[in-house]
Amino acid sequence: MKRNRLDLFSMGRFLSIVKKEIIQFKRDKPSLAIALAMPIMMLMLFGYAISTDVENIKTTVWDQSRSADSRDVIASLEHTQLFEVVSYSLSEQEVEDQIDQGKADVALIIPPDFAHKRDNDEPVALQMLINGSDPNIARTATANAQLIIQHKALAVQEKILASKGMGELEQPMSLETRVLFNPDMDSNVFNIPGLIGLIMQNVTMILTAFSLVREKEKGTMEQLNVTPIKPVELFLGKITPYFFIGMFSFLVVLILGIYWFHVPVKGSMSLLVTLSGMFLITTLALGMFVSIISKTQLQAMQLAFAFILPSVLLSGFLFPRDTMPMVIQWIGAIVPLTYYLEILRGIFLKGVGVEALWQDIINLMIFFVLLLSIAVLRFRKKVE
Amino acid sequence: MSSEVFAITSENLTKKFGDRVAVNQLSLSIRKGSIYGFLGPNGSGKTTTIRILCGLLAATSGNGTVLGFDVMTQSEEIKKRIGYMSQKFSLYEDLTVNENLNFYAGIYGIRGQQKEKRKKELLEMAGLIGREDQLAGSLSGGWKQRLALSCALLHEPEVLILDEPTAGVDPVSRRIFWDTIHQLAKQGITVLVTTHYMDEAQTCDWIGFIFFGNMLAQGTPESLIQEYGGENLEDVFIMLVEQEERRVSGADQKTSVSGEVGGNR
Repeated sequence: MKRNRLDLFSMGRFLSIVKKEIIQFKRDKPSLAIALAMPIMMLMLFGYAISTDVENIKTTVWDQSRSADSRDVIASLEHTQLFEVVSYSLSEQEVEDQIDQGKADVALIIPPDFAHKRDNDEPVALQMLINGSDPNIARTATANAQLIIQHKALAVQEKILASKGMGELEQPMSLETRVLFNPDMDSNVFNIPGLIGLIMQNVTMILTAFSLVREKEKGTMEQLNVTPIKPVELFLGKITPYFFIGMFSFLVVLILGIYWFHVPVKGSMSLLVTLSGMFLITTLALGMFVSIISKTQLQAMQLAFAFILPSVLLSGFLFPRDTMPMVIQWIGAIVPLTYYLEILRGIFLKGVGVEALWQDIINLMIFFVLLLSIAVLRFRKKVE
Repeated sequence: MSSEVFAITSENLTKKFGDRVAVNQLSLSIRKGSIYGFLGPNGSGKTTTIRILCGLLAATSGNGTVLGFDVMTQSEEIKKRIGYMSQKFSLYEDLTVNENLNFYAGIYGIRGQQKEKRKKELLEMAGLIGREDQLAGSLSGGWKQRLALSCALLHEPEVLILDEPTAGVDPVSRRIFWDTIHQLAKQGITVLVTTHYMDEAQTCDWIGFIFFGNMLAQGTPESLIQEYGGENLEDVFIMLVEQEERRVSGADQKTSVSGEVGGNR
């Protein structure tokens, strides 16, 4: 044929692949569901399921004093809304049963001589039994109960001092805390941005992981391999439609996050969208890489999940990375999601820009370039 | 080597998969405009040879040319000029007849008027007029094969390579298919075709018998029948296979030309 120019990249071939992928995508119901329904379902499911906020800890009270003083203590526990008194026990046995059967996580035991000792200003101890199976609940219960009782004790002390004519009790030291970025410490504000990152990673990876390997299994790849198509045309032609599908999914979960879960974006929206696009291409390349090295769809699926599962744990999505052992932190550092989560949370919660996120952006870029080149280079027009 | 006369040539072409020799020192030359029938039992190395010629596999040693281009270094040039049909139906079943043709037209850079004209010609040739909007997956075996052939012919290739094109196709469709192939050869297209059907092989211009990766005999159907003294090609085929099996089991099996050749990989 009369082609004089260098035949490095043909727009026509690239567009043919794009068009074909779109037609196939539209006809493939499971893919449609993964791309359109899964993000929303995952956001709703995890948005409500992953809440580390502890409230209304089920509490049983064995009040042996039955006095105004004891009721006062119980009331101050209940005021915090952290503790919810679900039952009153009448014996040690009953307290144990309540905790054993899971009806209560915490038991407050008030001794019979509580009021008497209080009246005589003698020191008196209250007992609290805590179910430690869930460390999160146990920690919250312990810390808060301590605080409440200390507060009460201090008030009593002040009263005694005042009665002795000593006047106001002056605290020699105090701590004033101010929580930045998420003043209500609402765990959704922390979780939803992370969830957006996780959903994007999973959806795009699953979709692209199958895209090449499906052609290998069906034999259509062999037919393509004997045409003049260039690997880079096929590669880009395959990820381009998924890029737009991924961006659409991203915008859907973003809008749901903002308006349904009320998690505002404090930083620049355009920066968020730009960096999300870059992350999307990175995971698309990762998915393609999985597809290139797998021989069957089953293999591709196993590989994709072998990556997705650790990325949930290691990226800092659920647990802060700073507290992980060094080795685990290093492993987490080779997960692109790790950096994207920092970016997401930075822009969402702190409202920071490039000046604070440049390290994460550079790391993400490294993955972007690395994965894209590996995937393109690893792609061969040969049968194995 | 005169690429003027021969469309496909190979010299001592060898492919090893680990220890197993799939193609052993295979030499052949296929005249332009002829139909070359590639015969041999399953797993004898036919598909491997074809894949090397198409540039899908790299040969371990030896060399080959298609239309004067080296199969090892110029496979992309070859791909522009050949049409290929694999054993398995390898078009998109979830695309319609028309969409499949459009897709391959795009891949081969055929556009506009030329594309419409070519599509019409091929749809007519394949008898697929009226089925343009049917999903390829819903076509019957014979139609599928003819659609695959149409896609392989879109870019008017000079060489057509067909790997068992009529396996599992009904006799009527088989006849129509072969009529088309003869038509194409008359137009000057070189055809390399593998088959199990002796009646099909009989109509080829030239035949090569391959077994355990070795080329056992080559020639016109008539000359082969004469040389081996059989009634027909089938006799020659069986004779050659038995002869080779005796030779292999007689010889010490140091060289691992193993008989355990599963599939056509």
